[in-house]
Amino acid sequence: MAASTKSSTDEFIKGLWKENPVFVQVLGMCPVLAVSNTAMNALAMGLATAFVLIMSNVVVSSLRSFIPKQVRIATYILIIATFVTVVDYLIQAVSLDLYKALGAFISLIVVNCLILGRAEAFASKNTVARSMMDGLGMGIGFAFALFCLGAVREILGSGSLFGAQLFHDSFQNWVVMILPSGGFFTLAAWLLLFNWLEQRKAKKEKTDALSLTKETA
Amino acid sequence: MSSTELASRPAPPSAWHMYRAMVGVGVFCGLLIVSVFQVTRPIIEHNKAEALKKAIFHVLPDASTSGTYRLNDAGGFEILEGEGIGEQLVYAGYDEKQELVGLAVQAQGMGYQDVIGLIYGYSFAEDAIVGVQVLESKETPGLGDKIETDPAFLENFERLDVSLVDDLSEMANPIVPVKHGAKTNPWEVDGITGATISSVAIAEILNRSAQYWTPRIRNHLDDFRREE
Repeated sequence: MAASTKSSTDEFIKGLWKENPVFVQVLGMCPVLAVSNTAMNALAMGLATAFVLIMSNVVVSSLRSFIPKQVRIATYILIIATFVTVVDYLIQAVSLDLYKALGAFISLIVVNCLILGRAEAFASKNTVARSMMDGLGMGIGFAFALFCLGAVREILGSGSLFGAQLFHDSFQNWVVMILPSGGFFTLAAWLLLFNWLEQRKAKKEKTDALSLTKETA
Repeated sequence: MSSTELASRPAPPSAWHMYRAMVGVGVFCGLLIVSVFQVTRPIIEHNKAEALKKAIFHVLPDASTSGTYRLNDAGGFEILEGEGIGEQLVYAGYDEKQELVGLAVQAQGMGYQDVIGLIYGYSFAEDAIVGVQVLESKETPGLGDKIETDPAFLENFERLDVSLVDDLSEMANPIVPVKHGAKTNPWEVDGITGATISSVAIAEILNRSAQYWTPRIRNHLDDFRREE
């Protein structure tokens, strides 16, 4: 069992950018594509997932010596499902309209592979504090990614952001952006941007290293 | 495999350890869910009542106040004080002059995924359903949920004929779903291509409920009228 040796701030930051669950790990695509049609839905879904992720990480890591390996998956699912039910009630209490907009996808957080993945790969091997930072980072990274998609789709698809109209009436909405195919287009564009940035960084590092060796030679 | 390697392996946990973990976590989770449910229930019920009120004024656009009535055993309607939730209820809508403009009725039935709950506005003056709002549905996003958003489908309910036969005992024509574009009569519901089951379900829910309620309401209209 290899526990992480990074500092807890690193655990937090890695989920935001370097190991962003959506843009880098490409995990949990079902809610990412389905409920990112408006910025509000995307943000609410992202925050709900982040809450479940943080809570399940904390509980799983605090029970990690109590849960035998043979029954760990079943126990993790039980814990995750509990927090999803809790979120379900909380969203109903906050806003019924939001609850209706998110629909079946709240219950589907249970099977979001990101959450079970972090429980299995991280929380079951690390301390509570570290797992919480990991959950926080990954959760915020996920919410951020969903918001990026939702904002682009809402701006182009309905000409508004958080329901506030942005453009003049003559703006022709790209209806395709709020339809399911728009989710794929937007995700592709973001992935392209992320990979381009990564490649550029890698290239720069390589040339830097090369010039360094030349200089020393 | 050497003997030291074997010794360093952890022994498999006993059944007791596994039971302990699963039952312990199960009990903890159960308690957590029950307490959250208890705390949020009054808030959720309040939200639902508010949403219902909003829906009543949505399906009866001319109404400015409403009253809740219950169907009693004698077949008449009696007013219900406070927020009534339950079976056999209709909501009467009144305009600013306290004149009855129509009734809102809740109905539900099986959709494609789960139960669809809706409310519709019945105008006795027009002999028609004048508005429908879906309150509860888990239909497929992007396909079945068009029953709430498709403008061509919603146009069906601007004036859906539910006129009764002359002695007011039953509906003259049942509400029937037809294929998209095949609507010829005012009591037909033009379906949605790609959401056949959901749109047919809406027509059937409306038909069943209207068959039951419209004759009963029409025969006791005076029960709803407010005294000047």
